[in-house]
Amino acid sequence: MPTVGVKRDLLFKALGRTYTDEEFDELCFEFGLELDEITSEKEIISREQGDSKASGASDIILYKIDVPANRYDLLCLEGLVRGLQVFKNKLEAPRYRRVSPVNGEPQKLIITKETAAVRPFAVAAVLRNITFTQERYDSFIELQEKLHQNICRKRSLVAIGTHDLDTISGPFTYTAKAPGDICFRPLNQTKEYTATQLMSLYKTDSHLRHYLHIIEDKPVYPVIYDSNGIVLSMPPIINGDHSKITLKTKNVFIECTATDVTKAKIVLDMMVTMFSEYCSQPFTPFKVLLVFQELAYRTERLSSEFINCKVGINESTEKIAQLLTRMCLRSRATGVGDEIEVEIPPTRSDVIHACDIMEDAAVAYGFNNITRTTPRTYTVAHQFPLNKLTELLRQDLAAAGFTEALNFALCSQEDIADKLGKKISETKAAHISNPKTAEFQVARTTLLPGLLKTIAANRKMPLPLKLFEISDVVLQDETKDPTFFPGRCAEIFVQGKSVGRLGVLHPDVINRFELTMPCSALEMDVEPFL
Amino acid sequence: ETIFPLNGSSMADTGVVEALLRRVEKVDDGVDSLEVATSLELDHQVIVGAVKSLQAVGDVISAELRSSKHWELTDEGREIAEHGSHEARVFGSIPVEGLPQSELMKLSFGKIGFSKAMSNKWIRLDKAHEGGPRIFRTVESIEDQVREKLLLLQKGNASQLEEKEKNELKKRKLLSEVTVKTYWIMKGNSFSTTVTKQETELTAEMITNGSWKEKKFKPYNFEAMGVAPDCGHLHPLMKVRTQFRQIFLEMGFTEMPTNNFIESSFWNFDSLFQPQQHPARDQHDTFFLSDPALAHDFPQDYLERVKKVHSEGGFGSQGYKYDWKIEEAKKNILRTHTTAVSARMLYKLAQQKFTPVKYFSIDRVFRNETLDATHLAEFHQIEGVVADYGLTLGDLMGVLHQFFTKLGITKLRFKPAYNPYTEPSMEVFSYHEGLKKWVEVGNSGIFRPEMLLPMGLPEDVSVIAWGLSLERPTMIKYGINNIRELVGHKVNLQMVYDSPICRLDS
Repeated sequence: MPTVGVKRDLLFKALGRTYTDEEFDELCFEFGLELDEITSEKEIISREQGDSKASGASDIILYKIDVPANRYDLLCLEGLVRGLQVFKNKLEAPRYRRVSPVNGEPQKLIITKETAAVRPFAVAAVLRNITFTQERYDSFIELQEKLHQNICRKRSLVAIGTHDLDTISGPFTYTAKAPGDICFRPLNQTKEYTATQLMSLYKTDSHLRHYLHIIEDKPVYPVIYDSNGIVLSMPPIINGDHSKITLKTKNVFIECTATDVTKAKIVLDMMVTMFSEYCSQPFTPFKVLLVFQELAYRTERLSSEFINCKVGINESTEKIAQLLTRMCLRSRATGVGDEIEVEIPPTRSDVIHACDIMEDAAVAYGFNNITRTTPRTYTVAHQFPLNKLTELLRQDLAAAGFTEALNFALCSQEDIADKLGKKISETKAAHISNPKTAEFQVARTTLLPGLLKTIAANRKMPLPLKLFEISDVVLQDETKDPTFFPGRCAEIFVQGKSVGRLGVLHPDVINRFELTMPCSALEMDVEPFL
Repeated sequence: ETIFPLNGSSMADTGVVEALLRRVEKVDDGVDSLEVATSLELDHQVIVGAVKSLQAVGDVISAELRSSKHWELTDEGREIAEHGSHEARVFGSIPVEGLPQSELMKLSFGKIGFSKAMSNKWIRLDKAHEGGPRIFRTVESIEDQVREKLLLLQKGNASQLEEKEKNELKKRKLLSEVTVKTYWIMKGNSFSTTVTKQETELTAEMITNGSWKEKKFKPYNFEAMGVAPDCGHLHPLMKVRTQFRQIFLEMGFTEMPTNNFIESSFWNFDSLFQPQQHPARDQHDTFFLSDPALAHDFPQDYLERVKKVHSEGGFGSQGYKYDWKIEEAKKNILRTHTTAVSARMLYKLAQQKFTPVKYFSIDRVFRNETLDATHLAEFHQIEGVVADYGLTLGDLMGVLHQFFTKLGITKLRFKPAYNPYTEPSMEVFSYHEGLKKWVEVGNSGIFRPEMLLPMGLPEDVSVIAWGLSLERPTMIKYGINNIRELVGHKVNLQMVYDSPICRLDS
């Protein structure tokens, strides 16, 4: 769940009133947010790096707010305020419009076929006559970062580049070239580098090194040029320094390059809808490309009966339309029966089905105002036979003086092979491809190593230790094993079928588990007894 | 110490008790237990035992616990008192013609004694001596003061030494100051020099011949710890699991077959309408298998419907509009939730004429996450599912209310949340009386039509579901803060031995 940090006083100013922490927490709860932490920059630095480093930092109060993972429209102060104000009936949901420049042609971004090999999609837009302040600028940068970390999947699906349009001139070209053929001065550097040099320069950059793998092994790298050959950006790694935006920037050119065009459109819509409120004509960004329907509003029709039945309430069609409107989904009763027409704005990419609209009605109604009812579903319960037998066996094993151990289903290869005197290939184990440590290399094929490790960790306990465990093991195929002492091991047969083994463990096995006392064990499959 | 009174064998010390009483009789202002022990030539603990048994029979004596400090020689101190200090032994082992340094160092006291004897100027070292460094005496005779002081202390004449001297010996670890607890014993209100023998055990013989009627019985000492009976124990997490199972069974829920840790990405994610780029499907969150790496058997027509709803939409949905890949769905993983099994069960249900069902499971799930005090790579998930015609969000909240009431939790409230396969999704909070705040106790929701309709379930059937972890309520119930103290081979078996029965509703 993404967390958004906003300055409390700035938030309250935008909301037009102040709240106590408890009141604001309550509002968040109702709306489906979570006030996760109340802190300050100073407190954060002091916690992470110690008091001495924090002395100069700001002690302005920050609210850290957890936002649902599909609500990209709430990832910045602007969006949060808009959502909450509409929810509290303080504001009507804005309508976003695409307009053409007053004079001249719309900007163009030409996509060449070379990009197909590395990052085939790009969309772009212009925010005109925007006024930045330090706070708006910070929020603008922060939103890009939040989008990059979430919907953009760390820039792998989508990468955003923002530029001062007045420093460059269209039409723009999105192409892909061999790394040696791309040369420009990247953001905040003093000299030019080729793409090859940049990749090695950023190997040690704590932030950028995480994105290098996205294009590193590709024959060509994506790059965007203006009509004079100036590099805007080399997505998804870095922008050019030439077109960087500042507080003085008036017109912002935003490009999103992507491997997933649906997400690229969502991301671009988020960038422009969130910040178009700072344009001279609010909520009117200028779009660049006409390959898709930008800032698309969609209309859905559904019945109030559908919503009443799914939520378990009984409200009029008009009332439900009002509830939806408070969730930024402008709705009206059409007058045809109990039909409601709902307009899905471009900010609500999360609404993909009528059930999403139904949920918004329930949220606006208030989950905790819904009457709790008991369904009349009649059923007869059955236990899973394996678990039923297991429960009975566990009870009697404990009554027989054995204590129940509870070990991990994952373990090292050594635990199930070398230590038991077997080769890993003989175990028929299921192997994990991405274990973070040796403890998670394989799924256990036997319960024995877990029990022996439990004994080894409890050597200080009085003897005898009598342990048992009944749990699942994972085998690709059944196998025999030489873990026991020769001549003191027997196979257990039930009605002619082998179900397990018992005996004295081989001294080598005991030693490998760092134990010194003799140990006998019984291991059997309980499934044949079902 | 046991819960039983002093039994026959230690009352064989009736002699000690009576000897003690005779001593107490002679003195009016009381006597010290250590002094009694010394004069009777008995171990002090024997007298302490006699005092305690007398205290148990009533007001025969009054005994007041006192503590005093005294000096005692350490093991090394006692060795020196017997054989002399290391430096004196070094001096003693050097003949007039001297001794090679290497020879001296072979002796047990050689090394420490050498440097002390050097600083006392009792010996000298001739480094240039032919045949290697050699040690010679520098004085005729010496006085081993360390030994003499220790001998004084051993005889109990500590007062003859100055504090400074004692502290010096303490610094050399030859002496330690110990606290001794003794009783100051005086006559009690019902003092007598004889004690009637009290019976400790009610025997079969006494019952048969009726002699118990004439006998006096010693009361039990309920202050004692008692002896734990020799028995086996169930693991606390499994005790809690048994209770949750019981609750579901009481509510008429049928248990799902969860005995498959390995699952395909298809059933774990795709069938639940979880898109293929979802972060939960990342290497950082999920364990993938290298062997067997891929699953192959899928219901083909269902798979096509799943593919379509992800990539193009349908069933009233816009879909996610991305390039859905079968290769991604085939990847075997360790299941990240038991909802994978719920998906299989609901698919199976959809293949028959629909009848309402209530399902539950409690089993292991796996996450390749960063580990901390409350997160392990594997944990148990508790899950409940109800499928019926026309279930509402109000029904889900009602079922959750009934479920949590059985856990002893009655104050619930619900927060809107997000989950890829449920809509609406709700986090369940309960009011914690101890913490005086609302805490999250579970997650819940109504399964999305994009999950249910491709399976073939009727359109007017709703499926409500909820889940929580088994470990968290267990840790709260048993007061365990670190999950590693509850699960895995490193747990202290004493914790398992000591864990009480589990009653969730009290």
